[in-house]
Amino acid sequence: MASYVPSTIKEREEMLKACGVESVDAFFEQIPYELKRKEPLNLPEGQSEMEVSLTMQELASKNRIFKHVFLGAGAYRHYIPAQVKYITAKEEFLTAYTPYQAEISQGLLQSIFEYQTMICELTGMDVSNASVYDGATASAEAVAMCKERKRATAFISESVDPKTLQVIRTYCEANGMAVRMLPLKDGKTDLDILKEELNEEAACVLLQQPNFFGLFEDAEQIGSIVHEKGAKFIMNVNPIALGLMKTPAECGADIAVGEGQPLGIPLSFGGPYLGFMAAKNSLMRKLPGRIVGETVDVDGKRAFVLTLQAREQHIRREKASSNICSNQALCAMTASVYLSVLGSRGLAEVAEQCFSKAHYALERLLEINGFEQKHKGEFFHEFVTVSEVSADKLLSELEKYDILGGLALSEHEILWCVTEKNRKKDIDYLIHAIKEVCEKCS
Amino acid sequence: MEFKKDRSYSKSHEWVRELVADEVEIGISDFAQDALGDIVFVNLPEAGDEVEIGTPFCDVESVKAVSDIYSPVDGIVSEVNEELLDNPAQINEQPFESWLIRVKKIAKREELLSAEEYEALVKEEA
Repeated sequence: MASYVPSTIKEREEMLKACGVESVDAFFEQIPYELKRKEPLNLPEGQSEMEVSLTMQELASKNRIFKHVFLGAGAYRHYIPAQVKYITAKEEFLTAYTPYQAEISQGLLQSIFEYQTMICELTGMDVSNASVYDGATASAEAVAMCKERKRATAFISESVDPKTLQVIRTYCEANGMAVRMLPLKDGKTDLDILKEELNEEAACVLLQQPNFFGLFEDAEQIGSIVHEKGAKFIMNVNPIALGLMKTPAECGADIAVGEGQPLGIPLSFGGPYLGFMAAKNSLMRKLPGRIVGETVDVDGKRAFVLTLQAREQHIRREKASSNICSNQALCAMTASVYLSVLGSRGLAEVAEQCFSKAHYALERLLEINGFEQKHKGEFFHEFVTVSEVSADKLLSELEKYDILGGLALSEHEILWCVTEKNRKKDIDYLIHAIKEVCEKCS
Repeated sequence: MEFKKDRSYSKSHEWVRELVADEVEIGISDFAQDALGDIVFVNLPEAGDEVEIGTPFCDVESVKAVSDIYSPVDGIVSEVNEELLDNPAQINEQPFESWLIRVKKIAKREELLSAEEYEALVKEEA
């Protein structure tokens, strides 16, 4: 049994001492105190299957499932064709975690290879890894890839999702990179300040496209400014928006990353999601995680293999710049099935519908007295409004209409999201509901 | 296997060639390249970097392994062989022509072996 006991109290104390913290709790200070359990779990006696199933159903029925959703901010509700679930639920594909002994499992390797190929096609980049945990991890790993001896400052646009930024900060704090924020002008990265601020210590500039406020950034221009200063250009992109907009490669990105959840992965209360990462050939050896390559076996037959392992941490642990050595295999498979079911025309249509419905929703919102668009500029499927009515009040009133509204950014600002799942009549219903709420409030 | 007489060798399989006074060229021996197999990538330092005896200054990657290359001298890198970046396989083909770095301002050298001594060492190891 001894080998199943992970550590003794003495060993734990030694580890804490080595890390320079007082207690295990210090590691989890990110988690708000009130969310932590103070007493031990109060578990009932064993139950029959039927009892458990009833209990779970009762618990599940406490969830409020809204008929209408206009919330995005990093996790998006898209239509998932039935084939996606059917294909990915096949037992052969189901795996709880990263496949080990992967060379044996050719089918699984091929599925990852297909995923990598699609990510490369989608982003226009040369090489993709087999995925990482989520979009925020992918962004932080991309920043870490750019660290050089003389360039150890990451410049991050303030229009990047705040959750992504937190993960980047955590990585940078640990690997000795400085983080500098790039301020905004009208909701987009300020190009003049970018030109001024960027210096010889800049390892990279990370941009989100479309940005947290839904706006399209001037990515191409930013790319050329970044390269002039000899830094790397990282683009965190929404994969659905790639159905409409220029690829990261066309904008001059050195690394393209993003959250793959919109590609057929359900919202599921925030995970598991999928971080995709792709880079130019010149950065291939710095790309973290696993990469599947195509080769031939001794008989000359097409075969798949984990490749470029020399740069991975399990061979060169002490020199590795990343500790990621696993991927989100089933989520990656889901994304590739979703993309192959949709095809390039299908993806473009999803993007077009998101775009045009969001624009229709904004037009209608602006008809309402006291509603204004916060930032001028072209947007994809999210936008920010400023309203006279309090954002929190409006959103809680909308719940009575079975509407989950946008995200309150401040007292009077709301970030809305509209996807292809919101029909015209749903948008009209939202407008009707807001009008009623506003009348009631005034 | 070749053991060129105009070079001296370290026990960790690097060769050293004297260029002018106070400047040497460093590469890896024929034996080392053969042991590594097909070299696919070289990670070179930059000109101006300091190198130190017994400390890795570069790594070479073969198909399934990465090996550190140790400096046999203390000094400053004056030049790196950038040709190797595009064609690392050159180290396999011409190990004695494929120098990795040139080092100037040499402050100290480790005790190096002659070609004969090195050949004897390799035979012992093999």
